[in-house]
Amino acid sequence: NVIFYLFFLLLCIRDVVGSDFCLIAGPMRRCGHGHCWLLGTLAFFYLVLLSGVEADAKSDHHSENGHHQNASSISGIPIVTFKWHHVETPYTVALWIIVAGLCKLVIEANHHVTNVIPESALLICSGFILGGMVWGADKKQTFKLNPTVFFYYLLPQIILDAGYSMPNKLFFTNLGGILLHAVIGTCWNAATVGLSLWGCHMGGAMGDLDIGLLQYLLFGSLLSAVDPVAVIAVFEQVHVNEVLFIMVFGESLLNDGVTVVLFNVFDSFVSLGGPAINAAEIVKGIISFFVVAFGGSLVGLVFGLLLSLLTRCTKNIQIIEPGFVFVVGYLSYLTAEMLSLSAILSITFCGVCCQKYMNANMDEKSVTTVRYAMKVLANGSETMIFVFLGITAIDKTIWVWNTGFILLTLLFVLVYRVIGVFFLTWIQNKFRLVPLDLMDRIIMSYGGLRGAVAYGLAALLDENKIKEKPLMIGTTLIIVYFTVVLQGITMKPLVTWLKVKRATNNELTLIEKVQNKVFNHMLVAIEDISGQKGNNYMRDKWTHFEEKWMSWFLMKPSARKKHDHLFNIFHMINLKDALEYVDKGESNGTLEFIRNDTAFIDFKKNYEDDFSDVSMPDLTIDMGDDTIANPYARRDAVPSISLEMHKQTNYGLRESENINTHHLLQQHLYKSRNQHRFRYSRSHFDLNQDENEVQEIFQRTMRNRLESFKSAKLGVAPPKPITKHPRKDTQKKMPNGKSTEKRSYYSGDEDFEFSEGDSASGYFPRVTHRPGTGIENPSFMPDLDPRAPVQIPPWLAEGELDSTAGVAPSQRAQAGLPRTPSNLNRLAPLRISTRSTDFPTSSSSQQSNELPPPPSPPPYHPHKI
Amino acid sequence: MSQQSTVHMPCSLCKNLNSIPDLTDNPIKNQIINAFFDKRNQRNGEVGTYREIGFEEFLMVMSHFRPTSRKTSEEEKKAIRKEKLRFLFNMHDSDSDGTITLEEYRKVVEELLSKSGNIDLEVAKAIADAAMLEVASTNMPDMAPDYFYEGITFEHFEQILSGLEMESRMHIRFLDVDTNTMRCDRK
Repeated sequence: NVIFYLFFLLLCIRDVVGSDFCLIAGPMRRCGHGHCWLLGTLAFFYLVLLSGVEADAKSDHHSENGHHQNASSISGIPIVTFKWHHVETPYTVALWIIVAGLCKLVIEANHHVTNVIPESALLICSGFILGGMVWGADKKQTFKLNPTVFFYYLLPQIILDAGYSMPNKLFFTNLGGILLHAVIGTCWNAATVGLSLWGCHMGGAMGDLDIGLLQYLLFGSLLSAVDPVAVIAVFEQVHVNEVLFIMVFGESLLNDGVTVVLFNVFDSFVSLGGPAINAAEIVKGIISFFVVAFGGSLVGLVFGLLLSLLTRCTKNIQIIEPGFVFVVGYLSYLTAEMLSLSAILSITFCGVCCQKYMNANMDEKSVTTVRYAMKVLANGSETMIFVFLGITAIDKTIWVWNTGFILLTLLFVLVYRVIGVFFLTWIQNKFRLVPLDLMDRIIMSYGGLRGAVAYGLAALLDENKIKEKPLMIGTTLIIVYFTVVLQGITMKPLVTWLKVKRATNNELTLIEKVQNKVFNHMLVAIEDISGQKGNNYMRDKWTHFEEKWMSWFLMKPSARKKHDHLFNIFHMINLKDALEYVDKGESNGTLEFIRNDTAFIDFKKNYEDDFSDVSMPDLTIDMGDDTIANPYARRDAVPSISLEMHKQTNYGLRESENINTHHLLQQHLYKSRNQHRFRYSRSHFDLNQDENEVQEIFQRTMRNRLESFKSAKLGVAPPKPITKHPRKDTQKKMPNGKSTEKRSYYSGDEDFEFSEGDSASGYFPRVTHRPGTGIENPSFMPDLDPRAPVQIPPWLAEGELDSTAGVAPSQRAQAGLPRTPSNLNRLAPLRISTRSTDFPTSSSSQQSNELPPPPSPPPYHPHKI
Repeated sequence: MSQQSTVHMPCSLCKNLNSIPDLTDNPIKNQIINAFFDKRNQRNGEVGTYREIGFEEFLMVMSHFRPTSRKTSEEEKKAIRKEKLRFLFNMHDSDSDGTITLEEYRKVVEELLSKSGNIDLEVAKAIADAAMLEVASTNMPDMAPDYFYEGITFEHFEQILSGLEMESRMHIRFLDVDTNTMRCDRK
């Protein structure tokens, strides 16, 4: 008995492992899944057998703890038991999620295909295949897109994401047009499709069907909505201009609410039955429409404000604050559902209204977390939805074919969409400043994709009331496939062919942002002057109200300060500067050596030169340009004599590389004051960051900006420590003594913890550039501390002149420079290095240390004395 | 011209404009009011300021905000765009020497941000400086290091803002005014 038992266990384990293996195994993912599924069913049989065995054991020994037999049992302690039923549901769910994810992975692996066919269409197709497998294994479709699952677990996060990442300004400026399309357009679609189908039915175009006028209207209403999921999926791959995008996208979001309302109203009409409907009922229906739509939005608004308020005081629980948005968003969805209001509108507006305050209130990391998590959830469930839309189709029971009905529905859906859009945009253009042109209208009508919401609603139909439910579901599915697959595929070529204005993907410069602000105020002012209360006037009043009350109420005081848009841009520019500096340092600097062979050879030669230099320091002249290694590196690289010079240089190179990098970082980056400690905590990320540090970096950057500008304004370029090759010749003529003396100059009080020069990179990045010259790295500006009076040393200006004229710089002038004793200490290691002195500017020798090598050092320079 | 009486200011003095209550909150109020008295905005080539303006001058300034209709050709649109930019430029260039110097620009930015409350003068200055630097570096990619960037000329200004869509930013749909007839060409 025991052996038998263990044997089964082993089999089961092997099966499970095997199925997992199949899942993971590379290219055969789909087949793998099929296997897994089959094996899963096999395992299920084992399980049945197994439980039989266990039942035997139980009945034999009256063991209380079912699976875990106690020690007294004859069969002994089972090491592993297989309990499929315990985990069946979550396990299946998790498996499906991973399968859907793998489908996406396979699809996205091939960009040639996704460039032509949108991902959503491909996901549906892979759903067909998976559905076929399930069908083949089960002989019936066990998995379907269940309306409950769809509406409660898959849809909310997509809508929340859409609301949360909604471009608010764009949305509200176009709100009128969006509402026009979402409300009137949807009603128009529902009514016309329903009525036309009914008309055709009466005309006998589709044979014998048991569908009345109300049922047709119900059907029309569920088909009327443009689906946000499908629209986002298709339009995010086709980058149309933002107005067009927001029109289609906003419409798809808002009209979902409208559709659900229409659907409910018609559904209750159908339940009431034709004769019972009188004027009062119709009026009630219309009222309920408004109540449901506005009530839903209101619930969303309330929850959004609540959420903003909540994030205002989550300072001490930063680690869980990103979770709130999901929970509260979901709650708003459920609350609206509970009150039979529009849940979709509710969660949309919750996202729309909380985003601003939340992003301001929460920690930057939390905001990033929310964004990512939102995308993960939304993208994941979108994938699931499309895959399951495909799987659902492989089911004999839902397919009732009626050519007339299906084709006519398809035709009407498409035609009335076009008519509706053209008519509504015509009205809209009467009021728009920038009219929507023909191309926009075509894309808008073509973008009327139907999706899972329509299917979900169709699946909700009551079979008892509507006899032809399978036909309706089938037709809905066909329309979904047609719009998502065919229109999705043709959307991109159409957009290209019609030359629709694409999204301009350029970042606005700071001055453009400033101008935008000027524009806003100007428009308001002109409206004020002309005594007109237009859009701008309204917007201005709202902004004032918002800034005065809402921000005060919903935003942390500290967040309010940071909130200004321009300020953010400015901050971003500063950040970009810093990044640019790092990039530049990387390409010009240390890493160059690893990549560049010539540089390596060069180094070797230079290295030899340096070697000789060490012995006679006075003779050095021209090395500074082409060598990079700092003195420490050189000292390290001068080990005992080795015959394999090459190897040694190689070693030295690495070493110098490391030290160089280290040194560079040490000098130019902010030295963090607290050391990083590794520790685990569930409630804190141990990030090595300090408020003061950030603050200090920022302040210094800003100061530096001002300073570099001041110097520019005075007609003097920011002092350049940059070495120019042409200059070298002039340098060579210099008497050695003088040139070494120059090094002793040291500019002002330099802060060694943080060189301000680096963050100022990007300041006059091109100004300092002269094509063909050596290093172009403006980041190494000498430190101009504003605390010290800014004085432009005379040789600085002269040096500039000299460099252009090609005359030797007036080193004599520099020879008589003031020296500070402290500098001499710092210079000590430098003396060994005997670096060349062709740094024309006041840049301290300290900085010359850190100079990255030129992009491509010139080949070996013969050493001249 | 007389039909367009929605604009209800027969003769506007600086004082009158200043007394509009809604304008008090506008940070760049001064610039806008000055624009009305600026002779450059009258499209007759004069420079200087008026002490007071009549209805015609008033309309002339307002006409800068005229939206284009669909009938306007591309060239006309370009010309209109240029005019609008010129208006904007004049607003910045307070001493009418043809360049927006740093001081002038700083002043505008400072005033622009003065009402935001959270931004102090230093930051505003820094922002102006940063913007100016940006302009300098985009317009003069290979400027000599000792070159002094005096300020933004109109050509530069146009170039910098070339990416900016003006249609929705400098246009106002005046109610009840048939904007197509509101051409203010000089007789």
